[in-house]
Amino acid sequence: MMKNIAHRLLKVQNNVNTDYIISGRYKFRVRDPHELAKHVFEDIEESFYKRVKKGDFLVSGENFGCGSSREQAPLALKATGLRAVVAKSFARIFYRNALNLGLYLLECNTNYIDDGNELELDLDKNILKNKSKGLNIPLKPIPLLAKKILSEGGMVEYFKKYGGLKVET
Amino acid sequence: MKQTIAEKILSNHANKYLRAGEVAICNVDYCFGQDGTSSLIIENFNKLGIDKVSDSSKFTMFIDHSAPSPNIGVSSIHKLMREFAKKHSVKLYDVGCGICHQLMIESGAIASGDLVLGADSHTCTYGALNIFSTGVGSTDLAITLASGKNWLKVPETIKIIITGKLPVGVYSKDVILHIIRNITSQGANYMALEFYGDTVKRLSLSDRFTMANMSVEMGAKCGIFEADKKVLAWLKEHSKKKPNPIIADENAIYADVKEYDVSTLTPQVAMPHEVDNVVSAEEILGIQIDEAFIGTCTNGRLEDLEIAANILKNNKIHPNVKLVIGPASREVFLKAVKKGLIDIFVEAGGVVVAPGCGPCVGTHNGVLADGENAISTANRNFKGRMGNPNANIYLASPATVAASAINGKITDPRTFARRLK
Repeated sequence: MMKNIAHRLLKVQNNVNTDYIISGRYKFRVRDPHELAKHVFEDIEESFYKRVKKGDFLVSGENFGCGSSREQAPLALKATGLRAVVAKSFARIFYRNALNLGLYLLECNTNYIDDGNELELDLDKNILKNKSKGLNIPLKPIPLLAKKILSEGGMVEYFKKYGGLKVET
Repeated sequence: MKQTIAEKILSNHANKYLRAGEVAICNVDYCFGQDGTSSLIIENFNKLGIDKVSDSSKFTMFIDHSAPSPNIGVSSIHKLMREFAKKHSVKLYDVGCGICHQLMIESGAIASGDLVLGADSHTCTYGALNIFSTGVGSTDLAITLASGKNWLKVPETIKIIITGKLPVGVYSKDVILHIIRNITSQGANYMALEFYGDTVKRLSLSDRFTMANMSVEMGAKCGIFEADKKVLAWLKEHSKKKPNPIIADENAIYADVKEYDVSTLTPQVAMPHEVDNVVSAEEILGIQIDEAFIGTCTNGRLEDLEIAANILKNNKIHPNVKLVIGPASREVFLKAVKKGLIDIFVEAGGVVVAPGCGPCVGTHNGVLADGENAISTANRNFKGRMGNPNANIYLASPATVAASAINGKITDPRTFARRLK
């Protein structure tokens, strides 16, 4: 099985905003997610997308995704092949947007993860295994509704399957 | 019943008693998208397999972020929006109408007690009208467009009490920057804010919109004011809807209570590249600036333009500075023309751009060069925000921006004391 790697941004660890994730220069004119993916983090780290392979993790600090409501931010991140973003906390609109698109957001103490570490997600046990360090990092539980939406692959699929909104808490 | 304003408004829209932390499906009174978010709204709406929007009178689209269009990609998005609006008999505010948030408050479609979702993060602006309004993404908006509803988690609330008479040259923008510095850019994440205090009571609606607008810069879901006489008078003038003012219960439970005495506050500036990186203007006087921008959903209203015009009247901007003025709406623009403010800006050496978001989002109308510094009345100074990651953005009040444009460097507007009210 392919190893899934943790990627940390080189320059910014906290308050990574949606302008950094995908600049307004692109979100207003590019509609193809795979084209957007090439510009992810371009203003703070060029060619970030080149080091990501399918199933990898992006690891960050506090308040990931703050700023605008642009859904192109999680859309572009997902299109790079990332399975999940792991951070200490997430900004509100980004959290909803990622959930709606089926991009996993994992909240935990990311101090235990370095760039290049090998990670494995165990959703049943709610832990993130850092295989490089031999650590099991507990994750903040994903709310039930969020789990349901994620398991359907996103809100559009969820809405279609259930014929509308349904909340179980 | 121990409820905050946010708990009450969401309870009213879910038809059940809600407390912070609960998740509920709520009926949405009004929703909208703009040209940065609408292509994905339309795409996702079409994927849902529903032919009709749930209520075409409760949805609007705005072309404001890149208007008029600067390139072919944006033009095709605008065209897509116009086609969708026509097909579904939805109102569309096209190029030149102004910024979505200003048009929402001028439109008369919303009133106190409402729940409003907008596919733009500064939707929180209408909190000044005692409205629970919050920004969401495009998929969320598509879901609401299809069903008239969405799910919301009821937020906890931070109560903010502001007291003291604002000194001359200090404005609501300085107050909110001061609060953001204290609460930090994530200190109110997922939460609602409620604003109180004698200072707030004295502020105009225009001033309050500025503060509600920047609630999201602390991570807040919304920033709500009480519907006092000023709010009700404003709504009477602008809105066709009957307001349903909501007040918090005396024994409502707050996550935190913050008190600020602003009687000795000085003009504030947010330095690059975080909105909470705030200092007193006095500490950074003399930083050279290349561009000054007065406009946006934060500070592009008539009162803001008047403050700037008072300082710029019979003055010339510094030869190294480009001054860009972006009225928040066509109505604001027309009033500014009639009052002679536009004459003042143009005579001072400024450029007036079409009502809309202007250079704030970095797509047109004043993109910065490498190493350039801008001082702006906007709400965000993130790296790259104004189109160039190698430029710096300082955020301040219209008075501070106008004074800085004249001197070509960051300036305390109180040095123009005789021109300040």
